[in-house]
Order: sequence, then C-alpha cells, then structure tokens
Amino acid sequence: MVPLLLGITLVSFVVIHLAPGEPTDLQTQLNPEISAELQQRLRAQYDLDRPLLVQYGKWLGRLVRLDFGDSFSQDRRPVTAKIAERLPITILINVLSISLILAVAVPVGILAAVRRNSPFDRLTTLLVFIGFATPSFWLALLLMDLLGVRYGLLPVVGLKSLGYDYLSFPGRVLDILRHLVLPVFVSAFGGLAGFSRYMRANMLEVIRQDYILTARAKGLTERRVIGHHALRNALLPVITILGLSVPGLIGGSVIFETIFAIPGMGKLFYDGVMMRDYPLIMGILVIGAILTLIGNLLADLGYALADPRIRRG
Amino acid sequence: MNIISTQEKAKSSFWRHLFWPRLRRNRMAMAGACIVLSMAILALLAPFLVRDPGHIDVTLRLQAPSLRYPLGTDDLGRDVLARILYGGRISLLVGFVAVGIASTIGTVLGALAGYYGRWVDGVIMRFVDIMLCFPSFFLILAVVAFLEPSIWNIMAIIGLTGWMGVARLVRAEFLSLRERDFVLAARAAGARDRRIIFLHILPNAFSPLLVSATLGVAGAILTESALSFLGIGVQPPTPSWGNMLIVGKQTLGSAWWLSAFPGLAILLTVLGYNLLGEGIRDALDPRLRG
Repeated sequence: MVPLLLGITLVSFVVIHLAPGEPTDLQTQLNPEISAELQQRLRAQYDLDRPLLVQYGKWLGRLVRLDFGDSFSQDRRPVTAKIAERLPITILINVLSISLILAVAVPVGILAAVRRNSPFDRLTTLLVFIGFATPSFWLALLLMDLLGVRYGLLPVVGLKSLGYDYLSFPGRVLDILRHLVLPVFVSAFGGLAGFSRYMRANMLEVIRQDYILTARAKGLTERRVIGHHALRNALLPVITILGLSVPGLIGGSVIFETIFAIPGMGKLFYDGVMMRDYPLIMGILVIGAILTLIGNLLADLGYALADPRIRRG
Repeated sequence: MNIISTQEKAKSSFWRHLFWPRLRRNRMAMAGACIVLSMAILALLAPFLVRDPGHIDVTLRLQAPSLRYPLGTDDLGRDVLARILYGGRISLLVGFVAVGIASTIGTVLGALAGYYGRWVDGVIMRFVDIMLCFPSFFLILAVVAFLEPSIWNIMAIIGLTGWMGVARLVRAEFLSLRERDFVLAARAAGARDRRIIFLHILPNAFSPLLVSATLGVAGAILTESALSFLGIGVQPPTPSWGNMLIVGKQTLGSAWWLSAFPGLAILLTVLGYNLLGEGIRDALDPRLRG
C-alpha cells in the first residue's frame, strides 16, 4: 500500500516534469509586461530553481499534510479546497451510475446465460457490442439533441436550474435529479455493456459446475437453483471487476462533466489542463490514483465479506 | 533443419486448417473483418474518391445531405463525406501507431518480467500496478496539457499509457512457456537469453498479442476521438472524427448530419475491430468461447 502510494506520487511528479516547458510559462512567456526579475521570483516561489529531487522531496513533504499548494488560477485558492468542493459531485454521479449498471447488467447477464442462444441472448450480445463501440461523448451529444433541445424533456447543462434558490426543498432535490439523469446514463452506458457481458460469462461458467447438477438432482426448482445456488457464485468476481472499473469511471468523468458542464472533479481537471494550472493537475492526478486504490481496497474487503472461503482462510 | 521445417509446417497448417476455417464460420467476426477492410480501403483511396476535404465554400454552408453532397456540408461549406474519409486516415494511423508503441513496450517489459522472474519481475510488475492506478484519461490529459497537441504527440501518449495490459499478458505467457522443454533444449544448445526470449518463446505468445492488438486499435481510436472532441487532440483544419463533432455540438438542433455521421463512423470502425478481435480470440481457442 505505502510503496504503491509513493510510486503514484513519483509517477505524477515525473510525468509533469518530463514535459517540456515550465509551469510558470503561462504567466511569464505569455505576459509581455513581466520583468526578468519577477520571472526569477516566480520560479523561486515554486522552487523551480532547485534540483528536481529537492522539488520532489518538498512536494512530497507537503503532500503528506494534504497540502497540494495553491492553484495558479485567478482565485489562488488551495488546491485541496478546490478539489474538496468538487469531489462529492463526481463521487455521487459515479455511485449512481455503478448502481444503475448493477441493477440492469446483473439481471440481463443472468437471463442471457440461462437462455443461451435464445433471441434475447442474441439481441443483448448485439447491443453489448454496439454499447462497447459507442463513444460516450457522441451518445451525450445525441441525447442532448433529442431529449434536451428537440423535445425539451430534460435539462442538458449544469446541476441546477436558474431558479434553484427559489425552489422548496423537494423541488430542489427533484431539480438536481432531473439534471443528473443524462450524465448518469451516459457515464453508465459503457459499463452496462461490459458488465452484462461479464455477468453472462460468469453465469455460464457456474452453471456448468457439479454443485448445480447436484442442486437440480435434489429436485430444487429452477428458480432456486439459479437465484440461490448459482447467482451467489456468479456474483463474486463482479466485486473484483467493480473495483477495477473505478479508474475508468473517474477518467470518464472528464468527458461527460465537460459536455454537460457539471462542476465536478473531471471538469475541474479539464479546466486545469486548459489553464496549465500545474498544482491543480498534480493534485487531481494523485487524488484520482488514490481513489482507485480505495476502490481496489473496498473490492478486496467486499470479496472477503461475500466469500466465506476467503474470510476464514 | 528438418525439425524446424516440420515445425513451420505444423504452424502454417494451424493457421490454414484450424484458425481460418473457424474464423470463416464466425459470422460476427466476418462482419467485423468486412467493416475493418472497407474502412481501410476507403481511407487509403480517399484522394481518388472524394473532393478536397479542406475546400471552403461559404455559399454552400450547412447544406443537408443531397446527391451532390451525400453527407451534407459543414459550417464552412466543406464536404462532410470527404472530411470523414480523410478523418478515417488520421484515426487509423493514430490507432495503429499507438497500438504499435503500446505492444512494443508491453511485450519487452512483460517478456523481461516473465523470463527473468525474481526482482526483475517484482520491479516491473510493481510499476505496472502503479500505472494501472491512474485513471488513464487523467494521465493522458495531464501530459497533453504540457505538449503541443499534434497527432504524433497523441499517438505517443496513447501508446505510452496503454501498455500495461499487454505487459501482464506477455508475462503470463512467458511464465508458463519458460518451463517448457523447447526452452531447455535451446538453452542446452547454447542459445543466449536474448535469442531464447525473442526467437523461441515470443513467437509462441503471438496469438494473445494479436487479439489484444486488434482490440487495442478500437480503444485507441475511441481515445483519440474523445481527445479531439475535447479540443486537445487532432487540431483543425486537419479533419478527425472527434474534432468534426465539435462543430456538431455547436450546430446541435439545426444540422443533425454534422453530429450523426462522424459519430457513426467512429461507432462502425470500433465495432469492426472489436468484432474481429473477439472472433480471432474464439478461433484461436474455441474453449474460451462465451
């Protein structure tokens, strides 16, 4: 865990520092009025005149105290504060889309496996391939066009309507929920295809096992064999895959948050990239990787909880 | 000499008599192969098939699809069909080069880790674990932020952030292959490590590499189009499916063809590579079939 964390910070640091140009370029080279002396002072302020190893050490030292430095943007606020106000939105959307993925993909995968080669199975296989190949930003565009612009059913920009502050509490909740429908659906779309395919493969694997044959031989109903004996075993690997899918979901948040103008961490990162806001980029890179680690850890814990063989082993 | 030629014969008969007939029978894979081939041919022959994709004629801006312009014209009166075919050249180029880079890095690191084991394996695989912790899109964006957005940089970045899967795969193959008798035989005959790794073991790991490369092209094309759509990939006026969709977004609700066709082009191409890749996997090892 600790070496992994250290490695994450090292890679983040190297990635940014291997790139040509300096983080202060945007403020110095593009600003004709800046003097050589001020340029020097700026470099000193960010330790850019020190050896790389010293820079890394100092950065790491502040990192341990959760201090990512101040953002280069106009407001000059601490990066930690900027991330903290954006992170909950991104996590909320990702949790919602994981729930949606599970709620749809698990039953679909099971049904496709139980009725293998049926029309339903063929149809979902086709849909899965199309789902895999659909670029999420294009899907977002089409849905915005269709549901938002053409029929005006759903809002397509931001998290809140203009009159949000005048709404009652239930009205506010409803307003945010309506804004979340499209982003959650778009971010879940790719995962839907992947998970139902995966669930189907697991179920096919489990149905072949001897204990399923035993359960059937005992005269249990098909419903109980599938829903009880098979399902629990087929669900186990899904927990691991859930953990592994965290980086993909977080990375994808850049795309849909930018398109739907949602003030989450992905949008913050995109804006930071556009502004070359270097402390912010480094901060989010590290946070993103740590979130992935947490996801993996939760998956391991969940696996141990769900599987008595591991719990007692 | 004799042994080698028998081996060669066994190999070619596998591809000709087992692999190819199995692939032929798989309708989904054949559909994928057709898509992949026609896209490649259309992109290659684009200069002979369509108008100049950069030709601007503002009197013809935002024309709906017609006989003269089968997929319509964009906001500057440029032919959308021409831009899609030329954009295909960019997408395929990025896809292939990026996958080439990723496969090379992944193969070399995976082979070293699997063949030497011990601390070499430990160091390389920890590095893989670390790289896998980063949401890849974050890593790509962070690097793009400090580079000029050009297609060469995009290819390099997608390749440099996408080799981890290949490394794991090649390592796993090497772990099982290095214990086999033919490796022992090669070593007894005095072959050096480099020769054993690249000439004896690696060719046996070719099939899983082929599958991952085919699927990888699809992934690289998707990533490139997303980057270009966000304005940090292929830069206008060079046409790419991703940056054509920027105009599609601006004309949302008024010119549907500008958002529909470039997206369809991405979908079809990615679908083709995925179908073909899965088909190759099934044909190589029918036991894996889902």
